[in-house]
Amino acid sequence: MENKLMVKLVVGTEAMFFLALIMAYIYFSLLPGFTSRQADHLDIRSTAIFSAFLFSSSFTFWRAETNFKKGKMTRLKGWLLLTLALGLVFLVGQGTEYARLLKENVSISSSLFGTSFFTLTGFHGLHVLVGLVVISIVTTLTFMGDYDRSSSSVFGTVGIYWHFVDIVWLFVFSIVYVLPHLHKITT
Amino acid sequence: MSDINFIPEPEEPIPSLSVSNNQGILQWISSVDHKQIGIMYLWLSVLFLVIAGIEILLVRLQLAIPNNHFLAPEVYNQLFTMHGTTMIFFVAMPAIFGFTTYLVPLMIGANDMAFPRLNAFSFWTTFFGGSLLYFSFLAGGAPDAGWFNYAPLNEYNYSSSPGIDYYCSGLLFAGIGTLTASVNFIVTILHYRVLPMSLKQLPLFVWMILINSFLVLAAFPSLNAALAMLLLDRQLHAHFFSAAGGGSAILWQHLFWLFGHPEVYIVILPIFGIFSEVFPVFSRKPIFGYGMVVGSGVAIALLAFGVWIHHMFATGLGNTVNSFFAASSLLIGIPTGVKIFNWLATMHGGAIRFSVSMLFAIAFLIEFTIGGLSGISFAIVPIDWQLTDTYYVVAHLHFVFIGGTLFGLLSGLFYWFPKMSGRLPDPRLSKWFFWLFVAGFNITFLVQHALGAMGMPRRVYTYPDLPGWGILNLISTIGAFLMAGSVGLLVFILVRAIKKGAVASPDAWDANTLEWTTSSPPGLKNFDRVIPVKSTRPFRDYKRPEDADWNRPEGARKHEGKYIPQNNPHGK
Ligand SMILES: [Cu+2]
Repeated sequence: MENKLMVKLVVGTEAMFFLALIMAYIYFSLLPGFTSRQADHLDIRSTAIFSAFLFSSSFTFWRAETNFKKGKMTRLKGWLLLTLALGLVFLVGQGTEYARLLKENVSISSSLFGTSFFTLTGFHGLHVLVGLVVISIVTTLTFMGDYDRSSSSVFGTVGIYWHFVDIVWLFVFSIVYVLPHLHKITT
Repeated sequence: MSDINFIPEPEEPIPSLSVSNNQGILQWISSVDHKQIGIMYLWLSVLFLVIAGIEILLVRLQLAIPNNHFLAPEVYNQLFTMHGTTMIFFVAMPAIFGFTTYLVPLMIGANDMAFPRLNAFSFWTTFFGGSLLYFSFLAGGAPDAGWFNYAPLNEYNYSSSPGIDYYCSGLLFAGIGTLTASVNFIVTILHYRVLPMSLKQLPLFVWMILINSFLVLAAFPSLNAALAMLLLDRQLHAHFFSAAGGGSAILWQHLFWLFGHPEVYIVILPIFGIFSEVFPVFSRKPIFGYGMVVGSGVAIALLAFGVWIHHMFATGLGNTVNSFFAASSLLIGIPTGVKIFNWLATMHGGAIRFSVSMLFAIAFLIEFTIGGLSGISFAIVPIDWQLTDTYYVVAHLHFVFIGGTLFGLLSGLFYWFPKMSGRLPDPRLSKWFFWLFVAGFNITFLVQHALGAMGMPRRVYTYPDLPGWGILNLISTIGAFLMAGSVGLLVFILVRAIKKGAVASPDAWDANTLEWTTSSPPGLKNFDRVIPVKSTRPFRDYKRPEDADWNRPEGARKHEGKYIPQNNPHGK
């Protein structure tokens, strides 16, 4: 119980951190010239695809959790590996997007758009990376047979963090990609 | 994974204040015991108090006479910046967290924090953050843009020495330590209370820590985000705060004060908790309006996020915005006023014992009210425009930080020192310390109200010989040295008490709460058994079963003011 409460508190304070970054992003996006740059350089379609991988990794981790509770260890391992793979695809997707932007001379120092875009998505990507490191440790321990009894709270606590990272991306994706896209369509 | 979670614990039960024992300092460094970590937090705070005190003495020397050139302007900027940053992040915060880490488990009948290793991590991260900040002196210059480090002065073009990079990284580390410690406090308070203790029976100090920890979790991310952005600006040439790159200098102020105003309450709510323990014990009465103290604490925490613009009235945000935040800032004075009346009513009709702890508590009521009133004057926009960035601000914030936070910490120190060390500080010297410190404090800062009203700006390294400025500054400098001398006396009193002070009884003040049921200092394991908890004053109930709070007729419980003083246990 206390482990879950601890992670909930950590996630709460992290949410405040992302709120500050998102508010800064919105604040700058209201300045002239920002939205046009945003629309020019971002490709909502490819990002939507690798976002789907991240969102489905939340589902697979949830499956892992329920199988752990039922004591089905083989299935647990399968779902964990799938979660890792999905998260990894997301990071690779984000990496290719960064590479393309840098090639187009959009960087953290190139413009206000670059500054706020790379900071916001970069901090989120960092959280995905931390999550993947944690999940791969948990997966290794699972394969070593450390969680054979279903009393451990580790899947519940890691799950809270992993779902949180997903929800943050839901907000970031909507604000950075979807809203300007809708704006572009309507005007 | 095995069932048992091995936590490396020291073998000898020596969590006393002394460093010397058979395992030496290694035993302290490797400790995860909450009492030892608490004491290390307190020593860290004393260390930085001395450093930041020396810094400001140099500043006061420079200001002692007009047209002085004792310090170069660059050095002056670094000294006042480091003074403010250190006092807030590495003196006030560690001192509060030291008392919290030491006392919370003891007060709720627990043997340690919920996460002892995380507790050690929090302390060492804070320690590392402070060291990193001070490493800047060796790395080419300390930060020099003031403790709130405004843009664009904090940008590379204006401050090209690495000082501000160390400011960012040092405070980021300390901030992480603060956040993890607060998570630990909340989990400990919510999950580790001795079984019958309900939230309604929580000691008020623990209540204030609980509220405060949530405040930390909500406020610090804003600072951390701002620091991260500034580091990106300075290291990777991002444009968050540089107007030249299209960024916004005002954004720094918003993010900083969204943290900064709550921070003011973060360093005062635990102090309110300390006083809510001290006043009842030394007035020999229960606290007046337990629920009101808790409720006003919650109100302060919520309102704390709605007033930050009052630090930015001079930035031109418009009359509507300014009026709204002026009103909210006036509003937040109310719950603080409620608490002052709670304590006054607690003293009213009590059998007051004027121990040094109580003296600081009473002095607090006066000094903090002065600080509060000068604060209210800033909520009125035209007065703010006139007085902002003058010595009036300096006077105000020191009346709040010293007359509030530091007086509370000293009151708590004299209250709990016998518990932590098992010794009593010399009462005569302690009273000398109290009077010298209070005198020095008032001499230093009362005159600064006048200097501010006369228009002397803060943070200027020297000033022309205008009528009155020289003499008032000289008085202020003399007061500062008086304070410094009395702090020296305090360190002497404490060290002497630890070495050869009179032995304190486990229950030195005939107190009410669980920490006084242990030996002084408490053994490595706090409790074998905990006495029954049926009210907010379990130890008093235990000592006076015939007059126990939980046993009292309903009518008496409602009219708490009519309690019989404790020194008259049979109500004769
Ligand atoms: Cu404020």
